[in-house]
Amino acid sequence: MKKVIGLAAAVEMIPDGAALMIGGFMGAGTPPRLIDELVRQGRRNLTVIANDTARPGVGIGKLVTAKLVRRVITSHIGTNPETQRQMIAGDIEVELVPQGTLAERIRAAGFGLGGVLTPTGVGTTVAEGKQTVAVNGTVFLLELPLTADFALINAKRADYYGNLEYSLTARNFNPAMAMAAATVIAEAEDIVPVGVISPDAVGTPHVLVDHLIGKERGHG
Amino acid sequence: MDEKALIARRVALELKDGDLANLGIGLPTLVARHLPAGVRVFFQSENGIIGMQPLPEEGFAWSDLTDAGGSPIGAVPGAAAFDSALSFGLIRGGHLDVTVLGGLQVDEEGHLANWMVPGKMVPGMGGAMDLVTGAKRVIVAMTHTAKGEPKIVKRCTLPLTAVRRVSLVVTDMAVIEPTDDGLVLREVAPGITPERVLEATEASLIVPAEVPTMRLATAPS
Repeated sequence: MKKVIGLAAAVEMIPDGAALMIGGFMGAGTPPRLIDELVRQGRRNLTVIANDTARPGVGIGKLVTAKLVRRVITSHIGTNPETQRQMIAGDIEVELVPQGTLAERIRAAGFGLGGVLTPTGVGTTVAEGKQTVAVNGTVFLLELPLTADFALINAKRADYYGNLEYSLTARNFNPAMAMAAATVIAEAEDIVPVGVISPDAVGTPHVLVDHLIGKERGHG
Repeated sequence: MDEKALIARRVALELKDGDLANLGIGLPTLVARHLPAGVRVFFQSENGIIGMQPLPEEGFAWSDLTDAGGSPIGAVPGAAAFDSALSFGLIRGGHLDVTVLGGLQVDEEGHLANWMVPGKMVPGMGGAMDLVTGAKRVIVAMTHTAKGEPKIVKRCTLPLTAVRRVSLVVTDMAVIEPTDDGLVLREVAPGITPERVLEATEASLIVPAEVPTMRLATAPS
């Protein structure tokens, strides 16, 4: 299977209205070329599942500014006044999820679990409408798995099989998201020959990656 | 003394040698600077690292090494990086010794509200709900009042961050400990009397016969 495809062709696979998981934390670990290409192609009515919406002009903030996002499932929008403005204007629907719960809901989907029981949110507005389960006397919230049509993943390095290696705090939600979406599109800063990334350093095994964005053409 | 520095110098005394600590954005630099000699604390940033430190100097910034606010940080030798699921496993799973967070309100039950003001400010809870639920100790570091209004109230009117009772509240006027019996005034800031604290507090406070002046970590040299 030929895994490496062009940037434009990758984004052309994403229809208007798609649900996207996008890796990153305040822009760190968000795939920059995929974001720019989504803006260039003007995909609309997107649902974005991500830790945050960064800042205007940064990472996912570019999608918000371009008014491509209809709904966002996220832990924090406080750093992006444009997200808040669009939310108040009714142009964007925001579902706020505690950060650890967001990570576990994504993980549950990718790991084949029917949900997770977490103490986070019990007794708060987050618990509204959710089932609670008592285990050995402690009350937990049942939080349901979260999946998406596509995961847009950012890695430090990939090999041509699609093995991904991450870097420091740019890792964040990327490994869990690469497990949880129907189609996984990865963008790496560099693509190296198979075997260069040591097995211990592989953060996401290649079988999870459907498409890998190729390097730009041209030398020097 | 600047109120933030005062709070940081008091909070620094709550951190123990070997602790894993998660401090809200802004505070770590200040608190870390005031750690007593011989106390080594490992700082977690919930975006995926244990061993964060302030950027040593210009020229060390890297886009792959950031704090939860997206600002560049440094990492100490022995630092460890990991993904968000593990990061919150550390927090929720009882592996985090202490978290220090800001607050909008704390009430007589020791409940904290710090993530939204309905109709005005909806930033989202980020990691705060997990931190307050899961950390072994929760310290609230905040100004005692906001625009003259008490922030320590009988009952939180803002949405709660968690129903767990916080461990300690450190303000620019006092140190207050929520207990089974209610909020106990443990210390007052230099130059502040218990009476002034009571005036600036809506909640009932239990005032012991002796309320010492706040201990403070020494200013960095």
